[in-house]
Amino acid sequence: MSDLLNDKEAATKAVVDFIKAKSKTKSKFYFKDFAKVFPDDKLRAIKKVINQMVKDEVLEYWSSGSTTMYGLAGQGKQHASEGEE
Amino acid sequence: MAKHETPLLDQLESGPWPSFVSDLKQQAEVRAKNEAGIEFQMPQDCCEDLLGVLELSYKHGRTHWKHGGIVGVFGYGGGVIGRYCDQPEMFPGVEAFHTLRVNQPAGKYYTTKYLRDIMELWNRRGSGLTNMHGATGDIVLLGTTTPQLEEIFFELTHRLNQDLGGSGSNLRTPADCLGQSRCEFACYDTQDLCHFLTNEYQDELHRPAFPYKFKFKFDGCPNCCVASIARSDMSFIGTWKDDIRIDQDAVNKYVENDPAYPPEGGAHKGSRDWGEFDIEKEVIDLCPTHCMKFENKKLYIDDANCTRCMHCINVMPRALKPGKETGCSILIGAKAPILDGAQMGSLLVPFMPVNAENDYEEITDLIDKIWDWWMEEAKNRERVGELLKRQGFQKLLEVTELKALPQHVQYPRENPYVFWREDEVPGGFTRDIKEFRKFHQR
Ligand code: SF4
Ligand code: SF4
Repeated sequence: MSDLLNDKEAATKAVVDFIKAKSKTKSKFYFKDFAKVFPDDKLRAIKKVINQMVKDEVLEYWSSGSTTMYGLAGQGKQHASEGEE
Repeated sequence: MAKHETPLLDQLESGPWPSFVSDLKQQAEVRAKNEAGIEFQMPQDCCEDLLGVLELSYKHGRTHWKHGGIVGVFGYGGGVIGRYCDQPEMFPGVEAFHTLRVNQPAGKYYTTKYLRDIMELWNRRGSGLTNMHGATGDIVLLGTTTPQLEEIFFELTHRLNQDLGGSGSNLRTPADCLGQSRCEFACYDTQDLCHFLTNEYQDELHRPAFPYKFKFKFDGCPNCCVASIARSDMSFIGTWKDDIRIDQDAVNKYVENDPAYPPEGGAHKGSRDWGEFDIEKEVIDLCPTHCMKFENKKLYIDDANCTRCMHCINVMPRALKPGKETGCSILIGAKAPILDGAQMGSLLVPFMPVNAENDYEEITDLIDKIWDWWMEEAKNRERVGELLKRQGFQKLLEVTELKALPQHVQYPRENPYVFWREDEVPGGFTRDIKEFRKFHQR
């Protein structure tokens, strides 16, 4: 595991910064998008950390039923305004 | 009188088959009367509004459901699928109408008490409508509101000892045939393997990190009662290595049309007059690999050429049985038609021992290798079968560290080229040009 992934605060900040940097165009992310934040780590190690962030209510899941995406908790478009500005 | 007029739906009831419209109307009536005195936590007329919105969808030729959202229960990334109606003023009873997937027990064995308990909960906190079972195998509870989700989850897990199933980019609820619990064809204990892997991979079931969905299905024999070969990313089909066991006396009873030996176990008896049983026409000629013959009252099977299709065993179950050295075949990559059309599984492991004693170590090792590859290489929303097509079967053999086998070959190749990897070529792909010129002129 890389030092970044190992350090909970730094990892959380890196993920939040990554999402915020793209927030103009996207509010929901595929799990794999986070691989770019932790290029040196295995996806299954990243999974544990990302899912902990959901538990800590930093992130939240968005699910279409067939696909799951991740976004900042309380941010972004909810079901009521999907696809609209 | 019904809350909404539904002439288009009513027409659906006129056909010869049982109609879901009649079922919905029945449930609407049961809720309206409420003879059981249920304290409904979901609008009492939700089923009426469901009929109403469906009628409107037929009228408009478009759906009035929005799907997707952040609904879920705490700590779980699957099991709940958000549904919202886009005409909530007209149909307030189904403004939110979420689906819950409940992990069915292995082999789908229930006690009546269990079913009553589930329905008591679901009539009170949901619409009372179910789908038994969804394509993945779960018990599907259709229609509840957002505030009810945690309540239902709590009661399911704490009172009914029952977990949610998978949805979204997760491992989906594993499903199996009833296997050795009732079926003499079963070549391994499907229920045990299904149950074990469901527990082993709880994290993958509830916390989504896959590129897309992933399904396991377990069939005890090649009859494939849960259609694993067509409907699961990784299918485990019971098979045997040694010879089909033949009871020659019983074969002759079939041939003599002994009434105690009806073909197909009597399954088609009475539907029409099938005439006398004819072993040549009904068994020998239908063997897909033509590896059987019946001569001088003796049945011969060339087992090396048998593809384990089960046909002869199904027709003469009292005379033929699968062999004794049993295990499973593992196939990869089946899926229902979405992007690229439907796809059947590709055979990866012709025979794998199914060994509960070492916690199915050979199987979990293989699963881990496949997941590592798929998670790293697949694009978003790419099923493992699509990745297999894109990168090739050879790549799958590489990542699973398996050797190519004759059973992997579907048909002779059309392409005369052999692709060598650099490490397979002595000296690699670079050469010393001076050394080369010593032997060859320009
Ligand atoms: S798949 Fe085979 S073992 Fe399983 S129930 Fe069907 S016939 Fe029996
Ligand atoms: S199982 Fe199928 S392939 Fe094998 S001998 Fe019987 S009919 Fe032929």
